[in-house]
Amino acid sequence: MSETNASLRTPLYDQHLQAGGKMVDFAGWEMPINYGSQVQEHHQVRKDAGMFDVSHMVVVDFKGANSKAFLQYLLANDVAKLKDQGKALYSCMLNDKAGVIDDLIVYYLADDFYRMVINAATRENDLAWINKQIEGFDVSLQERDDLSMIAVQGPNAREKALSVLDKEVAEKAAILKPFFGVQVGDTFIARTGYTGEDGFEIMLPNANAANLWNAFIDAGIKPTGLGARDTLRLEAGMNLYGTDMDTSTSPLSAGLRWTIALEPKERNFLGRAALEEEIATGSTSKLVGLVLEERGVLRRHQKVITASGTGEITSGTFSPTLGVAIAMARVPADTGDSCHVEIRGKQLAARVVKPPFVRNGKSCL
Amino acid sequence: MSTNTPEDLLYTKSHEWVRDNKDGTATIGITDHAQELLGDIVYVELPEDGAVFAAEDPCGVIESVKAASDFYCPLGGEVIAVNELLDDSPELVNSEPYGDGWIMTLKLDSTDDLDQLLDSHSYINEIAE
Repeated sequence: MSETNASLRTPLYDQHLQAGGKMVDFAGWEMPINYGSQVQEHHQVRKDAGMFDVSHMVVVDFKGANSKAFLQYLLANDVAKLKDQGKALYSCMLNDKAGVIDDLIVYYLADDFYRMVINAATRENDLAWINKQIEGFDVSLQERDDLSMIAVQGPNAREKALSVLDKEVAEKAAILKPFFGVQVGDTFIARTGYTGEDGFEIMLPNANAANLWNAFIDAGIKPTGLGARDTLRLEAGMNLYGTDMDTSTSPLSAGLRWTIALEPKERNFLGRAALEEEIATGSTSKLVGLVLEERGVLRRHQKVITASGTGEITSGTFSPTLGVAIAMARVPADTGDSCHVEIRGKQLAARVVKPPFVRNGKSCL
Repeated sequence: MSTNTPEDLLYTKSHEWVRDNKDGTATIGITDHAQELLGDIVYVELPEDGAVFAAEDPCGVIESVKAASDFYCPLGGEVIAVNELLDDSPELVNSEPYGDGWIMTLKLDSTDDLDQLLDSHSYINEIAE
């Protein structure tokens, strides 16, 4: 078993070892990369039900009279779109140059209460940025390290999860619409995820996490590692922060134009001026999907050659569902529908597509 | 971690195995230990039939879900067969590294070179370090 320098462990650490998890360092956390076969875990999620420990992710609650106003200023998407209790919104948090500081999910729980989930790797940076902006707003911020988070994903994930959840939680969870969450007692359950499959993300007190995990195993939901999480999200066409985007890229060059709310015009949010300028002058690059037409595997940092110049793969893999290599790549803005990728000195043909590659178990190609 | 290291094969420090076919040829693959380290294998770039390599030349690439790794020629010789099953089923390297997951057969420059390789006990000691 590989030694890691990671010092942080989630409340489910022992469960990972019991399930044969191969532990690796992920943003300072000792996390399972797989429990034997990453490819089998991938298929398990696409065809049945898998679960992920995502307790390393950061849950932050915003409470106070100015919560809505603050988040409207902090985020590129507009929380005013959230009119129904429990509704979730995906957004980028931008710096003044419209560089992406992080991507996140925010839930509307009440007019004075929003819950946000940010990435583990960006935790300190995000919190410093948020605390810097929060001055002058009547908002209090609370990091919820007391909560663990388990994601269950796959076509059978909801049914299997509902069979073992507490009756009251299950009743409320059963009627959740996609991209909604609900608080039931000390459990928050949302119909969200990062795989392109249906399922739940469940936040609950740390002390209860292992019991729920074990109950899910008994219900036939298989532990799934970070390796499969990456191939699943890539097939689903979902960006990974730090890989497909960072502070050097705007959401416009990260395929996230749909997450920017420019209306209403009077909403002033961080990064707005820089975004408007980029829209006026036009982006020089864009994020696209690639499908390799020949045999091989696409990987991050491989060079992409197009008729309008070169680009680079930001994340690539061999797609277990499709049986071909797929990638996301940043390429010149006027790139057409084909390109070449340089792999070990050879130029291989690839097709340029609009992600996702796979949704709800089916190919989108 | 227990790995399978058959006694009737020869090995290299770079985790290839060699089966002496006793007719001047040798069949080559990667060890159980190597496939375990690599994880799920999704693509094998095989050498071309007829290619000639010196010992320790990179002669192919094995790509797992994690990374691409070079595969080194354990001995000097000419490739006389490659395992085309791996084109469609690269996972055979994981499931049967010493069987249907073999990679290529070489016509050896000199069978004396086989003496340079490790026996199973030496290889086990090597990977235990």
